Amino acid sequence: MQQKELIPQLYRNEFRKMAAVLCRLFGIEHITIAEDIVSDTFLLAAETWGLKGIPENPVAWLYTVAKNKAKDFLRRNDIYNEKVTLAIQHAANAKNEFEIDLSNTNIVDSQLQMMFTICNPCIPPESQVGLALRILCGFSIDEIADAFLTKKETINKRLYRAKEKLKQLKVKIEMPHEQEIGSRIDNVLTTLYLLFNEGYFSAGRNSKIRKDLCLEAMRLAYMLVENKTTNKPEVCALLSLMCFHASRFEARIKPDGELVLYNEQDRSLWNKELILNGKYFLNKGATGSTLSKYHLEAAIAFWHTIEIDSIEKWENILSLYNKLLIIEYSPIAALNRTYALARVYGNDTAIVEAKKLSQDHNHLYHSLLGELFALTDNKKAIEHFLLAAKLTRSDADKKVILKKIEKLNQKVS
Amino acid sequence: MKEFALLFRNESNVGSEITPQQMELMSSKWQHWVGGIAAQGKLVSPGSRLGFNGRVVQPGDNVVQRPYAEINQILSGFHVIKTSTLDEATEIANDCPILSIGGSVEVREIIPMNN
Repeated sequence: MQQKELIPQLYRNEFRKMAAVLCRLFGIEHITIAEDIVSDTFLLAAETWGLKGIPENPVAWLYTVAKNKAKDFLRRNDIYNEKVTLAIQHAANAKNEFEIDLSNTNIVDSQLQMMFTICNPCIPPESQVGLALRILCGFSIDEIADAFLTKKETINKRLYRAKEKLKQLKVKIEMPHEQEIGSRIDNVLTTLYLLFNEGYFSAGRNSKIRKDLCLEAMRLAYMLVENKTTNKPEVCALLSLMCFHASRFEARIKPDGELVLYNEQDRSLWNKELILNGKYFLNKGATGSTLSKYHLEAAIAFWHTIEIDSIEKWENILSLYNKLLIIEYSPIAALNRTYALARVYGNDTAIVEAKKLSQDHNHLYHSLLGELFALTDNKKAIEHFLLAAKLTRSDADKKVILKKIEKLNQKVS
Repeated sequence: MKEFALLFRNESNVGSEITPQQMELMSSKWQHWVGGIAAQGKLVSPGSRLGFNGRVVQPGDNVVQRPYAEINQILSGFHVIKTSTLDEATEIANDCPILSIGGSVEVREIIPMNN
């Protein structure tokens, strides 16, 4: 492999591992230094490999350089005396040399601990997602800025403030106690859910970045499932939900970024393997007594993977949306429930219910009403679609809506 | 927005007369009705269902075996909703499936605790 391709690939795979281990070793007050050391390591790799060629084992090379840089930092810093010397004293062969553990086990442990540290409600959700992308996923600041459709400076500021806050509150980098995991894991799942949705639902980004965000969220959720202490039913349910959604990734976005609505998707493009994985984790999550919103959403997503539109399918979806809304209201779930209602009881019933939702400022509300009127009242349907087109901020959505209007206009003439 | 409790009453022996199919229909009707309230963001709490068995403790060591059986209408559950007015809450209660089996809904404003 050429150096040009190798370094970005190593960056994506190895940055996060080294960063997590060093963050955990240095403590919350030095996570920026941990990041910098790993970044410097890659910089040095780019320079050195360019001159001398790629080493035989590039990963080992990176680890050695990062370890040495970390040791230099520790020696120069007080934390060496406070923490590290203590650790060495405990070690059996107390040599002067301190070993930095970049074994697979320690990498995974460190990443899990960092996950609990970063997914902390003391910092705003978008900062949690940003920090997760940086430290747990190894995204560069440029990539994070692209993912949030914002400027590099904004992301730098956001991450800086978040790290300061964690430092100020002296958040410890450690696993919660086993009895505490049940309540702490909610925060982690909320952030992973947000990260996934950022990729899946927010239009306007290129599809490569969107897919990467989804895959990273799935990778992190899978880490939680793989670990005995964090393998909770709601974690399996969330991963199942992600698998079902991701199974439609190719079908719902055209290469040019245009969205394809569920009903119009080429179902042969649905990824069968991801659907199977989704079912597997849904079953694994069906234990215990908790029925989380992730269970309900995963079950809804499961019914959406069934190709045939039977009454049974939509009755189940409707019932699940009812239960979901009773647990937690969200405008989008309310609209989806109304759509399911239309599929079971007909558009007229659904229109009456839709009008009670008071979501006049939501473009999706008008898209739904446009859809519901389309069969019976062309004029009203077009009115609502026009409002939707006016209200949406996404070009991809606008394209879809304008196409609908065009079709309805053709029907009139 | 104000909070209102919807208190459901129905005949205490109604359970014995309905078939499992009717029961299922009732529960699906009920779920749609509550789902509809939740979809408007107006459900505060789905509350609880109350069993028919119970006792009423009165002063002077007087324990009544069945709660207010003499009026033949028993409190069977409650929800808490939020709406702008009592009228709006009443309108929601008016769609309650319990009305179709001879029950009633009492709509009562909840007084916020000041502590």
